[in-house]
Amino acid sequence: MTERLVQLKQLTVRFDDRPVVDSVNLTVCRGDIITIIGPNGAGKTTLIKAVLGLQQATSGQISVTPGLVIGYVPQHLSLEATLPLSVSRFMQLSGRSAKACETALQRTGVAHLWNASVHHLSGGEKQRLLLARALARQPDLLVLDEPAQGVDINGQASLYELIRQLRDELHCGVIMISHDLHLVMAATDKVICLNQHICCSGHPADISHDPAFIETFGHQVAESLAVYHHRHNHSHNLHGDVVATSETHGACDHEHH
Amino acid sequence: MNIIDAVLGDFFWRALIGGLGVALVAGPLGCFVVWRRMAYFGDTLAHSALLGIAMSFLISIPLNLGVIITCLLIAMALVLLSRTRALATDTLLGILAHSALAIGLVTLSFMPDIRVDLTGLLFGDLLAMNRQDLLWIFGGAVLVLGLLAMLWRQLLMSTIHEELARVEGVPVERLRLVLMLMFALVIAVAMKIVGVLLITALLIIPAATARRLAKTPEHMLGLAIMFGCIAVAGGLTLSWHLDTPAGPSVVVTAFLAFLLVYGTARNASN
Repeated sequence: MTERLVQLKQLTVRFDDRPVVDSVNLTVCRGDIITIIGPNGAGKTTLIKAVLGLQQATSGQISVTPGLVIGYVPQHLSLEATLPLSVSRFMQLSGRSAKACETALQRTGVAHLWNASVHHLSGGEKQRLLLARALARQPDLLVLDEPAQGVDINGQASLYELIRQLRDELHCGVIMISHDLHLVMAATDKVICLNQHICCSGHPADISHDPAFIETFGHQVAESLAVYHHRHNHSHNLHGDVVATSETHGACDHEHH
Repeated sequence: MNIIDAVLGDFFWRALIGGLGVALVAGPLGCFVVWRRMAYFGDTLAHSALLGIAMSFLISIPLNLGVIITCLLIAMALVLLSRTRALATDTLLGILAHSALAIGLVTLSFMPDIRVDLTGLLFGDLLAMNRQDLLWIFGGAVLVLGLLAMLWRQLLMSTIHEELARVEGVPVERLRLVLMLMFALVIAVAMKIVGVLLITALLIIPAATARRLAKTPEHMLGLAIMFGCIAVAGGLTLSWHLDTPAGPSVVVTAFLAFLLVYGTARNASN
C-alpha cells in the first residue's frame, strides 16, 4: 500500500458559526496529486491551512504522519521592501546548504537569479522561487496555493508539468488549489470540488460528468473540461482517423465527448 | 581605575557612553520595527513607560524594572485585544498609548512628595544618567544582542513570511513575545537619554537611513547601529555646547543624517 501522509476526518472549520469547511474527509498518500477546485469563498485556502497546521479545526481530526516534511508554496510572496534580501539569502534561510538551494533553483529554472533581489522578481519568477524553496526542504508533501498565479499561460502549463515531474522525482504527495481547471486536469490524479463540503471528487475524467460538479460550475465549464480532458495515447491523421502510437500498441481507449 | 573613575565621574561622558550603549540595541530593534511595520506599536509601548514610572514610585521598585514590567503588560494587552478584532489595530494602539501616558501623568500628579523632572522623562536628560543606569544599559544590551544572535535566522524568517516560517517549524508566537521583551528593555534603557516621546524616532530613523545603503539584513543592522551612534554622539555634543534638550538634539542629528543619505546616496540594489 502507498504510505498515507495526511488524513482528515470530518474536518470542520467555522468562523463565527459560519462553516467555512464542513465535514471534509480526505486522505493524501505519497505519490498522489490532489487538486482542490471550487468557487470563491469555498474554503479551499482554509482547508489547506488546516492541513498545514496554520488553521485550527473547530471539530474533526487531522492526522499527519510524524516527522512529515511539508513544502509550502503560499499564494503570494509579498515582501516588505524595507528588508534587503537576495534570492540566495531567501533560499538559505530555509536552513539548507547553498548547494541544495542552488540545485532546487536550477530545477525550477531560476538559478540565474541567485544574486538578484527578491524585490525585483516578476510574478512568475516569484512562484518559481517559492517552489524552489519548498523543494530545497526535500518535502514528503508539497502544498501549493494557486501556484500559477501571475504566471502567463505558457508558463502555467509548464509549471503544472514541473509539479507533476517533481512528484515523480521526490515521490512526494501533492495537494494544490487551482483555478486553471483545464490545465490542471492533465497533471492531476484526483480532483476535489469543494464548496464548504466536498460536493464531488474523483478522477478528472469522471468529475466533469458529475451532476454536483455541473451544478457548481455550470454546464459550460463542465463541457469545456470534458473537451480538454482528452487522453493523448493516440494520434489523429489528417483525416481525423485514429492512428495508433507506439506506446498504446494499437489499443485505443479513447473517450470522445 | 582612576581613568575609569574620572570618565564615569563626568556626567557628559556617562551620558555619551550610555547613549552609545542604547544605540547598540536601538539599531537592530529599529530594523525590526521598520521591517514589521511596528512604528506605532513601539510608540505605544514608549508612551506606556510613563505609566511604568508612576507605578514604580507607587510600589517602590526600581524605575527601570517598573518600566519593563509595564511595557510587557501593555504589549500583552495589545496582543490579546487585537485578537478580538473589535477595533482596528491602529485605533487600539491610539487608545492604549495615550491612555497609558495620561494615567501615568495623572498618577504622578497625585504624588506631591515625589519630585520628578517631567521634561526630562518626556524629552530626555543629559544630566540624569547615573552609574546604575549604565549597568542597566549594558546589561540590557548584552541580553538583547545575545538573544538576537541566538534567534537571528528564526526571527528573520518569521519577519519575511510568517506562515512559511510556521510551516517550517519556527515558533512564531514565542518569537513575537521575545521581540516584545526586547522592546520593553530597550525602551526602559533609552528613556533617560531621549525621553519617552522620542524613543521611536531613535529606533526608526537610523534603521530607515541604513535601508538606503544596505544590501543584506545584517548590513542594514550594522549601518543602523552606526547611524544611531552618530546621532547620539552628535546630539549629546550639541546638547552640551548649546544647552539644547538631549532627546530632541539626538533626533535632529539622526534626521540630518537621514536627509544627507537620502539626498546623496544611490538606492542599494537589494
